[in-house]
Amino acid sequence: MAIKREDGRKVDEIRPISAKVGIIPNADGSAMYQSGKTIAIAAVYGPREHHPRNQRNPAKGTLRCDYNMLSFSVTERIRPGPNRRATEISKITEWALAPVVMLEDYPGMVVDVHIHMTQADAGTRCAGINAAAMALAHAGIPMKNIVSSIAIGKLDKTIVADLNKHEEDFEEGEGATDIPITMTPDGEITHIQLDGTIDKEQLKEAIEMARKVSKEIYEVQKKALKDVGEGK
Amino acid sequence: MTTTQTTPEITGNRIKKYLEKGKRFDGRALDEFRNIQIETGVSKNAEGSARVKLGKTEVLVGVKMDVGTPYPDSPNKGNLMVTAELLPLSSPRFENGPPKFPAIELGRVLDRCVRESHFIDIEKLCIKEGEKVWTVFIDVYSLNDDGNLLDAAGIGIIAALKDARIPKYDEETEKVLYGELSDANIPLSKNIPLSLTIHKIGKEFVVDPTREEEDVGETRVTIGSSNGKISSMQKGEEQKLTIEEMGKVLDINDKVWKDVFKKIEGQLK
Repeated sequence: MAIKREDGRKVDEIRPISAKVGIIPNADGSAMYQSGKTIAIAAVYGPREHHPRNQRNPAKGTLRCDYNMLSFSVTERIRPGPNRRATEISKITEWALAPVVMLEDYPGMVVDVHIHMTQADAGTRCAGINAAAMALAHAGIPMKNIVSSIAIGKLDKTIVADLNKHEEDFEEGEGATDIPITMTPDGEITHIQLDGTIDKEQLKEAIEMARKVSKEIYEVQKKALKDVGEGK
Repeated sequence: MTTTQTTPEITGNRIKKYLEKGKRFDGRALDEFRNIQIETGVSKNAEGSARVKLGKTEVLVGVKMDVGTPYPDSPNKGNLMVTAELLPLSSPRFENGPPKFPAIELGRVLDRCVRESHFIDIEKLCIKEGEKVWTVFIDVYSLNDDGNLLDAAGIGIIAALKDARIPKYDEETEKVLYGELSDANIPLSKNIPLSLTIHKIGKEFVVDPTREEEDVGETRVTIGSSNGKISSMQKGEEQKLTIEEMGKVLDINDKVWKDVFKKIEGQLK
């Protein structure tokens, strides 16, 4: 039953993480989030005038995210520019962040969040969301809280935290299931996706694991924001 | 939270007045570069990569390789492709969408600098004449635009190429084994082609402009050269230059080339 992870991690052990806030001087807010070999950078511009005009929301400000991978961030080069996968993840990222971002005081304005993977080894959407949450806070956008994101996985029958690329390709038994989850520190889910096969009980177990490890991520995000506030 | 889209005229006039007295806002001489910081191997899945900081300007360059067919007119030569994306992440001025002229120009000017200088020995990138050759993709991304992305990218390309290892290639299955790099470097010449841009602002000539300075420049000349040998050149923007001025530009290039080379020499592996 016991699954041996190739990098020797325990089942609920995430990869080493690091975070840094204030990496893009031009931006109103910016951050880097690294999880193992996956590195995401994010920059926030705004609130600023929303173009094109017809997309303006007169009731409140709009959060607009765009997620992309640099061409050389993966082993086989990807053509630069957006694709269907990136378009979907961009929207997912918006939805993951929207519940904590308060744009009621900025009708007709837009907050742009640009997210790029400079190096990818699975879990990129989660890394992107974690970087974006810090960048938004750094930009001084009113927020109820920040969110933390983690991919919980299932290798054959075992629930594990934070799959890397090698584990994502796991094919034995029931194979690999990928469940990226984003949560507030209070354990409210702002985003969940699932790819693979899992029963209800195990899914609950996965969510519980996400709740536990997202707290570790939250602490790292909080510290990075505190560091930049103190000029470190 | 408001962002300036262009440098106001009043600032531009002040910049020009300063330059007439040989001064710049940040205290540099007119022919002086900002601090250059090079870091290589910054993206592990790339065959080679580099991050270059020029003051607050920052670019990320990655090299990827693939096996393809050679062009009919060069059956024994590898292919080279340089592209650039000016990311909206790097400046409030850049927008998503198909590449606009500045990104296209940046890629093409640096493509010619690398190609025409024969920095890469593309004949050695031939696997089977007329059938199989390596293609070298060089992709440039801006991370923060505080002026002179072009020269920063040029330095980044050199550093990334020097950092690169050719991936393993399985002759039988005719597949590139991505993620498995060989010990072989990309065959490079010892002559490093530096691409430097000299800007004319008011009546003065300036190198490595900040964003504000670049905004008020009237014309610029980008020169790709190596040990006094010029291999590529491009004049940009509308203002004309006299022959004397062109001579001055070339003299400045010679001097600045040596200065910049000295700054980066130790940082290039």
